[in-house]
Amino acid sequence: MSDQTSTAPQSRLAKALDSDFFYNFRRSPVAVVSFVAVMLLVLSSAFAPLIAPYDPFDPGSLDLMNGFTAPMAPNDFTGDVFWLGTDDQGRDVFSTILYGMRVSLFVGFAAVSFAMVLGITLGLVAGYVGGWVETIIMRAADVQLTFPAILVAMLIFGIAKGVIPIQHHDQMAIWVLIVAIGLSDWVQFARVVRGATLVEKDKEYVQAARMIGRGRGIIMLRHILPNVLSPVLVIATISLALAIIAEATLSFLGVGAPPTQPSLGTLIRIGQGYLFSGEWWIILFPSVTLLALALSVNLLGDWLRDALNPRLQ
Amino acid sequence: MLTYVLKRVLQSALVLLVVGLVAFSMFRFVGDPIDNMLGQERTDADIARLRADLGLDQPFPVQYYKFLENAVQGDFGISFRQGRPVAEILVERAPATLELAAVSGFLAISIGIGLGVFTAIRKDGFLANMIMSVSLIGVSLPTFLIGILLIYLFSVELGWLPSFGRGEVVHIGWWSTGLLTASGLKALILPSITLGLYQMTLIMRLVRSEMLEVLRQDYVRFARARGLNERTVNFRHALKNTLVPVITVTGLQLGSIIAFAIITETVFQWPGVGLLFINAIQFVDIPVMAAYLMLISVMFVGINLIVDLLYFAIDPRLRTDGKGAH
Amino acid sequence: MSDTVLDIEGLSVHFPTRRKLFVAVNKANLAVEPGEIHGLVGESGAGKSTIGAAVMGLLERPGHIAEGTVSFKGEHISGRDADGMRALRGAKISMIFQDPLTSLNPLLTVEQQLVETIQFHLKLSDADSLTRAVALLDRVGIPDPSERIKQYPHQFSGGMRQRVVIALALCSEPDVIIADEPTTALDVSIQAQILELIKELARERQTGVILITHDMGVIADTTDKVTVMYQGKVVESGTTAQVLGAPTHEYTKSLIAAVPRPTLKVHRFPQLSYGGRQIAFHIDDLARNWERPEPSKSGTLLKVEGLTKTFLARNAIIPSRRKYFTAADKVSFDIREGEVFGIVGESGSGKSTVARMIATLYQTNGGKIFFDDEEITQLKTAKDLESYRRQIQMIFQDPFSSLNPRMRVDEIIAEPVKHHKLLEGDAIQHRVDELLERVGLGSDAGRKYPHEFSGGQRQRISIARALATQPRFLICDEPTSALDVSIQAQILNILKDLQEHLGLTMLFISHDLPVVRQMCDRVGVMRQGQMVEVADTETLFAAPKEAYTRELLSLMPKLEGLSTEGLEDEIV
Repeated sequence: MSDQTSTAPQSRLAKALDSDFFYNFRRSPVAVVSFVAVMLLVLSSAFAPLIAPYDPFDPGSLDLMNGFTAPMAPNDFTGDVFWLGTDDQGRDVFSTILYGMRVSLFVGFAAVSFAMVLGITLGLVAGYVGGWVETIIMRAADVQLTFPAILVAMLIFGIAKGVIPIQHHDQMAIWVLIVAIGLSDWVQFARVVRGATLVEKDKEYVQAARMIGRGRGIIMLRHILPNVLSPVLVIATISLALAIIAEATLSFLGVGAPPTQPSLGTLIRIGQGYLFSGEWWIILFPSVTLLALALSVNLLGDWLRDALNPRLQ
Repeated sequence: MLTYVLKRVLQSALVLLVVGLVAFSMFRFVGDPIDNMLGQERTDADIARLRADLGLDQPFPVQYYKFLENAVQGDFGISFRQGRPVAEILVERAPATLELAAVSGFLAISIGIGLGVFTAIRKDGFLANMIMSVSLIGVSLPTFLIGILLIYLFSVELGWLPSFGRGEVVHIGWWSTGLLTASGLKALILPSITLGLYQMTLIMRLVRSEMLEVLRQDYVRFARARGLNERTVNFRHALKNTLVPVITVTGLQLGSIIAFAIITETVFQWPGVGLLFINAIQFVDIPVMAAYLMLISVMFVGINLIVDLLYFAIDPRLRTDGKGAH
Repeated sequence: MSDTVLDIEGLSVHFPTRRKLFVAVNKANLAVEPGEIHGLVGESGAGKSTIGAAVMGLLERPGHIAEGTVSFKGEHISGRDADGMRALRGAKISMIFQDPLTSLNPLLTVEQQLVETIQFHLKLSDADSLTRAVALLDRVGIPDPSERIKQYPHQFSGGMRQRVVIALALCSEPDVIIADEPTTALDVSIQAQILELIKELARERQTGVILITHDMGVIADTTDKVTVMYQGKVVESGTTAQVLGAPTHEYTKSLIAAVPRPTLKVHRFPQLSYGGRQIAFHIDDLARNWERPEPSKSGTLLKVEGLTKTFLARNAIIPSRRKYFTAADKVSFDIREGEVFGIVGESGSGKSTVARMIATLYQTNGGKIFFDDEEITQLKTAKDLESYRRQIQMIFQDPFSSLNPRMRVDEIIAEPVKHHKLLEGDAIQHRVDELLERVGLGSDAGRKYPHEFSGGQRQRISIARALATQPRFLICDEPTSALDVSIQAQILNILKDLQEHLGLTMLFISHDLPVVRQMCDRVGVMRQGQMVEVADTETLFAAPKEAYTRELLSLMPKLEGLSTEGLEDEIV
């Protein structure tokens, strides 16, 4: 309780490393393992061209004779060995997974960023401005919430398919996916940000800023936004897992990533056809990768939620 | 009380109107309906006649009104792909989806709430922690993978249960049910688990976190301080308060069950409206898409209305608002 | 000592945390006799509530009893397991919590909660339980108990709810009641009634009561004995008259000296140092660089005429069905240049609403505000208001929410200066450093974030921010009601310095009459949105005109038995 500030100010990094947040992180094996797993998956897909032994999209490197090679077993005709086997067209499953994960993660990150920017903006404005602006935004959110994300995404996808000329379908598919998943996901962000904004708005530091004469925009950006970001971080993490799953689901149903740019979901869709005929590896490895990705992101999000929730401490 | 219900009903009607507008706009503006309905060999006279038949020469609001009027009477137009009235197809397909959704919804709610309460009360117990960890896998496992996994295990490897279809169905009037035959029931097992599992884990995790929140409240501490036993505190004081927020979200989850049925139906080739919808998207069969959207929104809005009324029954603060002090 | 019903001996409660072992209670002793009200007083963090929780066996983990014993009628209870404690809780020892709004289950009727508790402990039939429940409600002073018992908690007012809570605590005729700040959330008038009820019940049923509070007034008026705690330790214990009238421990002396007296006006609160809590602030040094504007010609700096504010209480589509609540109803007063004007009133009286309208935080629904003879209520745009806003500043009630947790302290203090473009470049940092020095925090404090400071320190940061634009007029909205009494004394001293050395004019909003007496030159009393009486402070305290003012003054604890050690030189 001494008023004298005896300790010298620590550097930001030292402070961060000494914080309860980082302490809890180090003490939680689940958090560390899931964080490492997410980093590993993200990095390996980012550097896929360097890591992947084959380029599955280079027709020159493909040999149809290599089709249906079992994992770690030499091919009957060519004698080539593939770690995780090959699919019907002789593509190396390990390489397609790396490239597929790239698509999955890209769509996931882009969709969440899109939803986040949209949701935070609308939530902040609804919460701070109030009145009819709030009514319109939140009613729209309610209606949107009544419709499950996956259905909204499918509808948007379906509409886009009708509107965009057929020759551009494959090119546009990834972007349509991003918009579809992003649009179906903004509500979570908007609701949470609005709720937090309503709480923050009544706090005295916001009144102090208003008294100074600060404008709405500055108060929203400088005062309120930084104080509503912790729940956003939690939602963003969980949304990332949901977006990856949603993308996989859409692609699995054949309304997502095209076969020319397969994501993990597309790979599983392709592999499903060979499950009954015994070529289990074509579906197993992409599925395991998808599960590992979603699970580690979810574990991280789950831990974050507990760590950032002051009520639980 | 009456104002509250009336307000909710009005809101629901508004939502339906908006959805109707979306559905109609899809129908009207996505692609050219004339193009879709007439083949390559068409004359200008054909086009003009069809235009007049469909009312496409009328102003937009009139067309929208016509569309709504027809929709209310169950006329959603003709499927581009199958050439049959959409309503007829939907009626044929709806029972399969509704039975599947009802069974999975029941599983999800009953098991979800039960496990949620258990894991909240035994917060630090070994079993509760196990359940929580497994549930996270449940949330991370996409529905279609669960389906494929179950098919592989119980149909391909063990051969116990069918991997696709509804089995034998019995017709009662226009309704076809699979609940009355052994093969129908067997066929229902895997799809309903697939569909219900994800919702179950969500409900369970929600119940747990809400209940933990309630257990921290002053009135629970005060109930403990009065010496009431754990059973009374947990079930009489905490559970009821937990259910208030849970009901809303559970309502939404029930809605998603019908939507998620699309995935399950695709994996199990279940002949319901979901499978119909996914095919419609692939072939841009707009009337079917629009009708499905309308149908499903009626269900969602209905569920939400019931949820609101349940809320009303549980929370006395809504019922007696304004009476007494404060 | 055979009479003792609850005996706490050498009790220590430990909370192991990541960085260190936190000793919440350190070898505390306390004994309660039947029919006795034993006050447990101390500032926040003293460990007084922890003792209550430890006795009840309701310590939150990881807290635990590390040593010592709690005995109930001569029997050790501190070692009992969960079932053993439950047999005692509610049956022999009951507890009353601070906030009646959250203590009752909102989804069960009062009857359900009472009958359940009675049946659990006394095993009576349904009909007998109900009869007893109604009798209990009647005893705690709830009118028409057989009807009201059917209602839900939200249908009762705050004071009535606390009566229901007390009835619940009495269900099984307990021998000891632990009341943890039972009246802190209530208005003075309600507080007096609840304390009276607790006193009656203790006498009538020979129940021993531990009354945990931070409020010396409550201690002085209610308790027979008192135990003073400081940082987990019992520093002094004895009969109330003895401890308050002739304290022996230095901490008790410093605590009592910091209590504002309703009957004495002091120049400054004595800063009796205890545990290195003394601070040095130098408001007089600020005066050298302080630019004082021309005083207003009329001598009146702020004038308020017929100020009115209504809030929408119930919205409806049809305008005639909307319901409005009038928070401020044609309020008029004026504040002279250089004086401190106080507004007192209970919660809901509209005093903060008036402050917020003057601070431009609320739009007015009628009436005029004049500042330095200019009509502020006519200025419409933010640009027109700039000059006014620079000259007024506000100090808020809650030091934990009045500073943006994501901004550094120097950014917080510099914000008004930058906004009004008063200074540029290094001069800004210079002013921030100077202000931090003057309020006794040191310029290093600027590089930290608000969470690194205590409540009193934050309130000083708030003051530094308010001074940054060199204002003429300061609005203080309950600036000390969230603070401990010794911190309150520091803040009040700073505010007095601001008036004296910088010539600031102040509007001081408070519910606490003794504080108002110390601070204000003139006072307005508000009730239900209306200004009841305006008078010079000394006149108002000596000869109140209005009945409501007299009632408020009569409810105020007199604190006449309190020692005046250390105050002698300061009494005005």
